[in-house]
Amino acid sequence: MIAAFAGIFLCQLLGELLARAFNLPLPGPVLGMGLLFVGLLIRGGRTTHKGSRSHAVPVSLAAAADGLLGNLSLLFVPAAVGVMRYFDLLRANAVAIGVAVALSTILAMAATALTFQLLSRTLLSRRLPVKKS
Amino acid sequence: MIGNLLERSDLFVYLSASPLTWLTLTFIAYLVADRFSQASGRHPAVNLVALTAALVIVMLKVTGVSYETYFAGAQFIHFLLGPATVALAIPLYRNLERVKASALPILASLLVGSVTAIASAVLIGKFLGGSPELVASLAPKSVTAPIAMGLAEKTGGAPFLTAALVIATGIFGAIVLSPLMRLLRITDKEAVGMAAGVAAHGIGTARAFQIDSTAGAFSGIAMGLNGALTGVILPFLRPWLGF
Repeated sequence: MIAAFAGIFLCQLLGELLARAFNLPLPGPVLGMGLLFVGLLIRGGRTTHKGSRSHAVPVSLAAAADGLLGNLSLLFVPAAVGVMRYFDLLRANAVAIGVAVALSTILAMAATALTFQLLSRTLLSRRLPVKKS
Repeated sequence: MIGNLLERSDLFVYLSASPLTWLTLTFIAYLVADRFSQASGRHPAVNLVALTAALVIVMLKVTGVSYETYFAGAQFIHFLLGPATVALAIPLYRNLERVKASALPILASLLVGSVTAIASAVLIGKFLGGSPELVASLAPKSVTAPIAMGLAEKTGGAPFLTAALVIATGIFGAIVLSPLMRLLRITDKEAVGMAAGVAAHGIGTARAFQIDSTAGAFSGIAMGLNGALTGVILPFLRPWLGF
C-alpha cells in the first residue's frame, strides 16, 4: 500500500514540477494522472488472453485508487464548506448566479451527452455492416 | 446560546481549536450523510458533498468557529484531492479499449460541451445583468477548481468567487445528472460520464462513479481534458462573447 501511495504521490510531484518548469496551464495532479497513465501503458502487463477489456493494474495500486475514488465526495467537503465564506456575495447576485449556473450546467451536460451518443451510434452503425480490415 | 454556554469551558476552547476535532467531525458528518444517501438508494437529490458540507457548516455556525480553524483540520482531507486526481489514471487504463473505440465521440462531445458550458454561462450571466467580474468568474465554472481559479484571475474574475461557483456547479450537476440523462434518453454509460465530467468536473465525477465505474472513468477523462481545453479556448472565446 505504501508503495502504491508513493507511486501516486511521485506522479503528482512530477506533474507539479513539469507544470512549473514549462509554465503549463494544467495543474500538477492532472499532469500526474497523465504520467501514471503513461506508466501503466509502458508497463503493459496484459498477460491475460487477447481481447480482454479490463487491463490488469497492480493489486495494491488498484486498491489505493479505488479507496480514493470510492470516497471522492468526501475529498470535496472542505472546499464545499468554504462556500460559507461567500454566502453574502452569492446572495447578493442570487438570481443571476442561480440561473446561470443551473441553466448552463444543464445545457453543457445535454450538449455533451447528446453529441457523444449520437456520434458513437452513427459510427457504430457504419462500422457494423461494412467490416473494415 | 449554546455557543455562549460552551465558550466558557476551557475544554471547548481546546476542542474547537484543535484540527483533530474538525477532521473527526468531517468524517462523522460524511458517514451520517452517506447513511442518508444509502437509505435513499443513492438518490441524486441526496448529494453527499452538499449534505456533508451542510452538516459541517451548521456545526461551525452553532459553535462560532471560523472556516480557517476548520480548514486547519480539514486540509488533510483536502490534500488528498491531488492524489485522487492522479488515481483517475487507473479507471482510465482499465477502460482503455472503450476509450480507444470512442476517441472521436470523446473529442467531439468534449469540444461541444466545453464551448456550450463557457458560452451559456457568460451569455446568461450578462443577460441577467451580472457585473463584468461576475461574468468572468462564471466563464470557467465547469472546470476543476485550481484551473478555474487560475483562468478567472487572468480574465478579470475573482478567484475565490469562482471557487464557490465551481462547487455550486459541481453539486448542481451531480444532482441533475441522472434525471437529465433519463429525460434525454441517454443510455450509454460513456455519454453519461462525459456529460458529468465536462459540465460538473470532480463532483460530477464522484456522482458518475456512484452510477457506474465506466461512467466514472469517462467522467475522469472528460474532467481532465476539459480543464486543458478550457484553458486553451477561453482566450479565443472572450472577444466573441464580449467579456
